Amino acid sequence: MPSPGFAMSTFFAEIDWRYLGELFFSGLTKGSIYALISLGYTMVYGIIELINFAHGEIYMIGAFTGLVMAGVLGSLGFPAVGILILGAVAAVVYCSAYGYTMEKIAYRPLRGAQRLSPLISAIGVSIFLQNYVLIAQSGEFLRYPNLIPDMPFLQPISYMLRPSSFLIIVTSAVVMVILTLFIKYTRLGKAMRATAQNRKMAMLLGIDADRIISATFVIGSALAAIGGILIASHTQQINFNIGFLAGIKAFTAAVLGGIGSIPGAMLGGLVLGCCESFASGYISCDYEDMFAFAILILILIFRPSGLLGKPKSMKV
Amino acid sequence: MLELRGVCTYYGNIQALWDVDIRIDEGEIVTLVGANGAGKTTTLMSICGVTPVQRGEIFFNGQTIHTQKTDRIVRMGVSQVPEGRLIFPELTVMENLELGAYLRRDKQGIQEDLEHVFSLFPILATRSGQAGGTLSGGEQQMLAISRALMARPRLLLLDEPSLGLAPIIIHQIFNIIRKVNESGTTIFLVEQNASQALKVAHRGYVMENGHITMQDEGDKLLRNEAVRKAYLGSVD
Ligand SMILES: Nc1ncnc2c1ncn2[C@@H]1O[C@H](COP(=O)(O)OP(=O)(O)O)[C@@H](O)[C@H]1O
Ligand SMILES: [Mg+2]
Repeated sequence: MPSPGFAMSTFFAEIDWRYLGELFFSGLTKGSIYALISLGYTMVYGIIELINFAHGEIYMIGAFTGLVMAGVLGSLGFPAVGILILGAVAAVVYCSAYGYTMEKIAYRPLRGAQRLSPLISAIGVSIFLQNYVLIAQSGEFLRYPNLIPDMPFLQPISYMLRPSSFLIIVTSAVVMVILTLFIKYTRLGKAMRATAQNRKMAMLLGIDADRIISATFVIGSALAAIGGILIASHTQQINFNIGFLAGIKAFTAAVLGGIGSIPGAMLGGLVLGCCESFASGYISCDYEDMFAFAILILILIFRPSGLLGKPKSMKV
Repeated sequence: MLELRGVCTYYGNIQALWDVDIRIDEGEIVTLVGANGAGKTTTLMSICGVTPVQRGEIFFNGQTIHTQKTDRIVRMGVSQVPEGRLIFPELTVMENLELGAYLRRDKQGIQEDLEHVFSLFPILATRSGQAGGTLSGGEQQMLAISRALMARPRLLLLDEPSLGLAPIIIHQIFNIIRKVNESGTTIFLVEQNASQALKVAHRGYVMENGHITMQDEGDKLLRNEAVRKAYLGSVD
């Protein structure tokens, strides 16, 4: 008779560890991108309780900025790494400007209006930006050059961790650590937290809430831009529509982590990425997107406050 | 120092303040007493530019402030301890205090003031790393007052600082208010607890349904028959 211990050991022997590792890193890669984008959703929601539906478009525009920069700098003979870095800087600056302008034009005039109005405005901005890029660029998938250098030290595990994945995971981790320190220790970071917790009181302390809201859009957009550049270098193809699905996934991640919570968005992104990756690896890749939306619906029904969010009643 | 002239404030179509005239001179403690819903909080929020003034004018040290944004008014030296204290619940006591000094750049002075508020309320020093939301009601009120003092205001507005607190804490808070005033800060104190407020104040105003109905020196209002009947539970 086989003992339970025997059954266990055959179970572990049968696990394909290489495959598992592959799925894990692929999940971490996608999850890092979701996390970067979902921070923008969660920070904006934390301060003005708006779901900025156009946020995914900022990410898409970040990727396109990188593409345009690659074309220009490539023709000038810049090396790949230079193009990658300058492209990222350009995307961050350009997307920050977009985020700033978007808030000023589409959301600020509606502040104090009914909750539905800015939401509709957000959807309008999203459609506008998609179509703008569709006309200015094209509807086709555009090839993105390979800008990522070889990383010889990854050779032993290259079957499960490509250089582009490595870059995404490391860059996102660094960016998220910097963001966390910024929010915790700087004057602006403290003012942002105060404004999120009680806007009226923040104003009574002399904090200019309008400036804080602008800063939130700028920071969120910069993070999305970094996500856009990274994913474009990873998948090496982009089109005007990539912001839609990524936006919804990142929104799911924000809800999963607890909307309004910054560590929640980071955790939610990584968890969602890994869940998706394992679902598509062990069940079927057809289920990948469906799985994400199933998570969104289940969270909304059973734990609307998310993994790290506080129940509504706690928010005074 | 502060003057309201004919101030009218609305919430939508509903008028909350009707031609309110109030004058506060430098160095005074002035109180505004009135029943719940009289318009006291609205008066303070109008002064701070949070609730917009529809008609009338507000002057602070000769400058019009009713057209200014709140952060400009705070910068001029007006701090408020709002109704309900509005402590940032997820920030530490120390962070709450630091944000009180948000507009200041003088590190040295901020440090001095921090030591000053810790000497006024030693309990806050022992709680400095704790989240604001975990403090008791009395401690939160102390924190709210300290946070406002961290701005080194010239005029301190207090909205019902005694609300919901135990008598011994109320006593302590009113002592601090007197102390802060003696060290040179002008005070505008809004209270339902009229007897305490009128005892500590130099002058007082009585507000009913958005109108100022009486004004006099604090002890005269305290002896006034109508005020005693309406706000002090008559004879005591
Ligand atoms: N945000 C608001 N929206 C509409 N009406 C309000 C609002 N705040 C206060 N009011 C009304 O304005 C009047 C004055 O309220 P308030 O200034 O809070 O009085 P008090 O502080 O003296 O209790 C009340 O009738 C109250 O119902
Ligand atoms: Mg009130």
